Amino acid sequence: MAGQERFAELAMEHMPALYTAALRMTRNPADAEDLVQETYLKAYRAFGSFTEGTNLRAWLYRILTNTYINAYRASKRRPEMTDVEDVEDLYLYRRLGPLDGVGQSAEEEALRGFTDEEVKAAIESLPDSFRIAVLLADVEGFSYKEIAAITDVPIGTVMSRIHRGRRALQKALHEFAEARGLVAAGPASS
Amino acid sequence: MVDEGRGCSDGSGVDCEEAVRQLYVYLDGELTEQRREKISLHLDECGPCAGAADFEAELRVIISKRCKDRVPDTLIQRVAAAIAQERARQQDGS
Repeated sequence: MAGQERFAELAMEHMPALYTAALRMTRNPADAEDLVQETYLKAYRAFGSFTEGTNLRAWLYRILTNTYINAYRASKRRPEMTDVEDVEDLYLYRRLGPLDGVGQSAEEEALRGFTDEEVKAAIESLPDSFRIAVLLADVEGFSYKEIAAITDVPIGTVMSRIHRGRRALQKALHEFAEARGLVAAGPASS
Repeated sequence: MVDEGRGCSDGSGVDCEEAVRQLYVYLDGELTEQRREKISLHLDECGPCAGAADFEAELRVIISKRCKDRVPDTLIQRVAAAIAQERARQQDGS
């Protein structure tokens, strides 16, 4: 049982991470701010049911994710894609990875060449369930078990969404690399 | 290139195809200890798979680093004000 007077002291420090997640979910700053404010209000009201000493960060993300799914997703005008295409394993590595006569550094340089805007846009291109799973795993660093608890889906589904979402993300990143002329267009040579 | 069709004779009992298939779970630290050791042994012995693993790990770092946003000060103030208002509302009601 956690007293509400301790809420600000414990919860406010998580706002930068929650705001980042909210931006990727809603894809725009005004909605992200509303989502974060609503999340904090709900969390404050429900703080009595939070057990102090357990994972506050995961608890806050659970409220954020549920609020987003229930309110923002439902109100969205355009129909949401619900699936990602199947993308092969190591999609980006096979295209940016070491080629004959090119060393490891070229590959790292290609990866470092991605801008903040490109990485954010690539994540935002994923359908909701995949975007949330990849975000929680790769940006926020939650475990499969924590993500299953946050999103209320079985762990096998979580793994599938993370893995398929990551591969789709690699394809989206590759398109940015192509557009910048970083890699040659077309299928990878083998 | 990682050749998924050909197994390496590294004694781990894991071929490239399996190593690639389990790579995400391995990098996520979610394999059982025994599986983790086998994949780790394969990566020690197989240059192409180790290269792929390094690439995937590096990509993960890049994604996390490139994906930070600064919270607007106005939002911090807004949330603090909303909570203060809620507290006052609760106290009035009690």
